[in-house]
Amino acid sequence: MAADTLFQRITDYAHRADPYPLYAELRESRVARQEDGSYLVGTYHEIAALLHDPRVSSDRRNRTAPDETGIGEEGLPPAFIGLDDPEHHRLRSLAMWSFGPPHTPGRIDAMHGEITRIVKDLIGGLAGKERIDIVDDFAYPLPVTVICRLLGVPIEDEPQFRQWSDAIVAGIDPSPGEDPAERQRAAAEARKTMALYLGELAGKRRDHPSGDMLSAFATGHGTDGQFTQLEIMTTSVLLLIAGHETTVNLITNGILTLLRHPDQLARLRSDPTLMPLAVEELLRYEPPVQMLPQRTPLADIEISGLTIPKGVPLILMLASGNRDPERFRDPDRFDPAREDNQHLGFGSGIHSCFGAPLARLEAQIALNELIQHLGSPRLVEDPPPYRRSPVLRGPRHLLVEPG
Amino acid sequence: MRGEVRDGRIVIVGASLAGLRAAETLREKGFTGSLTLVGEEPQPPYDRPPLSKQVLLGRVPADRTGLPRRRDVEAQWRLGVRATGLDPIGKRVLLADGEEVPFDRLLIATGTRARPWPNPAEAALDGVFTLRTSDEARRLAERLDAGPRRVLVIGAGFTGSEIASACRERGLAVTVAERGPAPLVGALGGTLGALAAKLQRAHGVDLRCGVTVTALEGDGRLTGAQFSDGTHIDADVAVVALGAIRNTEWLAESGLAAGPRGVTCDAGCRAFDMYGIVTDDVFAAGDIARFPHPLFEYQLLSLEHWGNAVAQAEVAAHNMVNPGPRRLPHLTVPAFWSSQFGLNIKSVGVPTFSDQVVIAQGSLKDARLVAVYGYRGRVTAAVSVNQARSLAYYQRLIETAAPFPPAPGAADQIESPVPVPSDVPDPKLLSHGPTVALTGHMPDRRLTVVQPAR
Ligand SMILES: Cc1cc2nc3c(=O)[nH]c(=O)nc-3n(C[C@H](O)[C@H](O)[C@H](O)COP(=O)(O)OP(=O)(O)OC[C@H]3O[C@@H](n4cnc5c(N)ncnc54)[C@H](O)[C@@H]3O)c2cc1C
Repeated sequence: MAADTLFQRITDYAHRADPYPLYAELRESRVARQEDGSYLVGTYHEIAALLHDPRVSSDRRNRTAPDETGIGEEGLPPAFIGLDDPEHHRLRSLAMWSFGPPHTPGRIDAMHGEITRIVKDLIGGLAGKERIDIVDDFAYPLPVTVICRLLGVPIEDEPQFRQWSDAIVAGIDPSPGEDPAERQRAAAEARKTMALYLGELAGKRRDHPSGDMLSAFATGHGTDGQFTQLEIMTTSVLLLIAGHETTVNLITNGILTLLRHPDQLARLRSDPTLMPLAVEELLRYEPPVQMLPQRTPLADIEISGLTIPKGVPLILMLASGNRDPERFRDPDRFDPAREDNQHLGFGSGIHSCFGAPLARLEAQIALNELIQHLGSPRLVEDPPPYRRSPVLRGPRHLLVEPG
Repeated sequence: MRGEVRDGRIVIVGASLAGLRAAETLREKGFTGSLTLVGEEPQPPYDRPPLSKQVLLGRVPADRTGLPRRRDVEAQWRLGVRATGLDPIGKRVLLADGEEVPFDRLLIATGTRARPWPNPAEAALDGVFTLRTSDEARRLAERLDAGPRRVLVIGAGFTGSEIASACRERGLAVTVAERGPAPLVGALGGTLGALAAKLQRAHGVDLRCGVTVTALEGDGRLTGAQFSDGTHIDADVAVVALGAIRNTEWLAESGLAAGPRGVTCDAGCRAFDMYGIVTDDVFAAGDIARFPHPLFEYQLLSLEHWGNAVAQAEVAAHNMVNPGPRRLPHLTVPAFWSSQFGLNIKSVGVPTFSDQVVIAQGSLKDARLVAVYGYRGRVTAAVSVNQARSLAYYQRLIETAAPFPPAPGAADQIESPVPVPSDVPDPKLLSHGPTVALTGHMPDRRLTVVQPAR
């Protein structure tokens, strides 16, 4: 009985502020079958194994029961996050061409100065405020500005695609028991509009390239093949959304966690070189992506003595694996100097987070600068109000009063 | 008793990857006694894999591949001096400079050296190289910088193939000569060997298989080479990549089970003596060691793998400072990587321990695949080409002795999964050695020897 309703409880907004006791419950059953036929996995080693298992598909079209997310309704193929190799590899490599190694290894590193400037501008804007909303005043505008610069999207259009993005994220929310049809129609619509918008931008760059990623996507490169217009559209929608919906939570969860651990905050403030490790610990302790709801086994897969049948929805609870005592000593303790911290915050396997280097850099700079400038801030409300999404989990607002 | 384990005198002979990692681990595990590292090479420990890759490409200078230090090991370093003997009764290591170093426990980590060209006069020709040390890599890289007209690579194992790849990337003309039927065939078998052959040729290598080089020609300087099929080429550089020789000669009088195949030890890295009796104070790790592995029917394995040197050194060090019941076995699944001709090749398990192979993911055509190897119906190895991410999955299949062929169902299974013979040739057919050698159950010398009185 308990296992049947576990996922409902996890996705229930009432548990958003602290889902961790539910994850502990999940780990006890290791693999938990839900009433609707889906399977939850919450233990570290099992999740890691499934993330590297070539029989686990990321393509929802492999589900036996018809897919209900509305993805595809708008007539667009899935972006690479929802595809398997070799298609996934081809598209991901094409996107990587202008983002990371081997062709563009220095791109993210070179943004160090620019990100620092953006962060300092935002912090400048906080001066004199008696109350700061870490989300709206800082953690949201930062990654949006960065990803816009990187892709080459005018920041003036932000209000526009923020609406689209909200609708798309709402569409992937698994909310068992509730009729998702309306949300999903809205998500499909938003996805299509956003794709057309980015497609049009890329079209303009084709004639006037300007050194950003959309230009690179549009003008093509080298010998590794080239995106079609449709692929540019789906890929850039993915990057624009993933580029900010996750980092905002990483930064906000980071500040919240540090404010809850003043001793660690003081330690990091006096030694900024600890921040890279601290960000890794945050990715373990409060990961922005709590679960991967869209895997599907292509064969019956035996794990922990249980068979996960082919074609069912398979949900990997990354945040639960990150707190698995079989893998991490004292897993509920926030320890910025933790060694051997191979967390699942960025997933693992062929789909491991494309934007990880960027997210790391942004969070390291943002948190370091913020804790230097905020003095000893006071949390106005703990727990803060959370966003709806149980997948991309984080506070919707985080009010602090600078000390 | 406990105190004694953490102090006393430990000597490590062989100051390279396994030696350094063992030293660091000893200190991590709380060893407080005196530590001496003896190394024949004058420079501090460095990394060899880049020598045949980044160094030959001119991207990294040969003297810049120093191994990163995890911690200070607080040791006496005796670099630039060879160990010439081991007195197991007096517990002393004898050095070439006449000194002796006493020990309570000893770690042997002397690795291997390049097999030289068998004809000394020809080997001495200017332009003939081997590649094992940073010194050799520096000299070879300098010669490649000078733009030779043609490079001959003798032996198409991993090292030879990587050298050929670096030369092609520099735009140099290359001939590769291999006695076996294809490059890499000794390590990976026929299917991937055929892929390697195709790729080398596609990259412009003049690849000649099934032939041997019968003579290197020149008068002071190398000018060309003669092949067993009667053909001849002009070449001004030749790299002899005929595999490695284990550095065990200095142990000849030690009474240990040490011979051309390495130093035989148990799963806890303790060396055997020549009667097969395990010692308790002499350990071995890295390329020099030859150890039984339960996943491969307890056959003795000799590996020439970076990861094995690290893992085995850590286990050896742990066991050197822990009493019996706390000792650990070295059961790591062998793993190896190589990069050449734009391919990233990774291997887990022992591909030579196989009778069949199947392409479980991807395809030969795209040069992006995972080949899974089986022996008598169970999975024993997997090799990925440009697709390393799912290797963890196959490693688990190896560890659990999963049935071969693995059940179909991979997302990117393109070729029909029909197992074919793995075509692992008899090592005698190769110019070079395979990087994993199964060396049987017996120590090398099976005779009973009477210990000479001292
Ligand atoms: C060119 C090249 C490329 C490689 N590429 C890869 C790769 O891509 N992937 C991979 O997994 N592995 C690779 N390897 C293999 C890897 O480098 C070895 O497995 C590893 O170096 C083994 O470490 P070791 O410490 O056991 O032995 P070694 O590195 O051989 O060190 C032994 C040391 O002992 C010293 N010594 C020997 N005899 C004596 C004596 N009597 N007294 C004192 N000192 C002595 C030697 O001078 C040497 O420094 C490569 C090796 C080479 C040469």
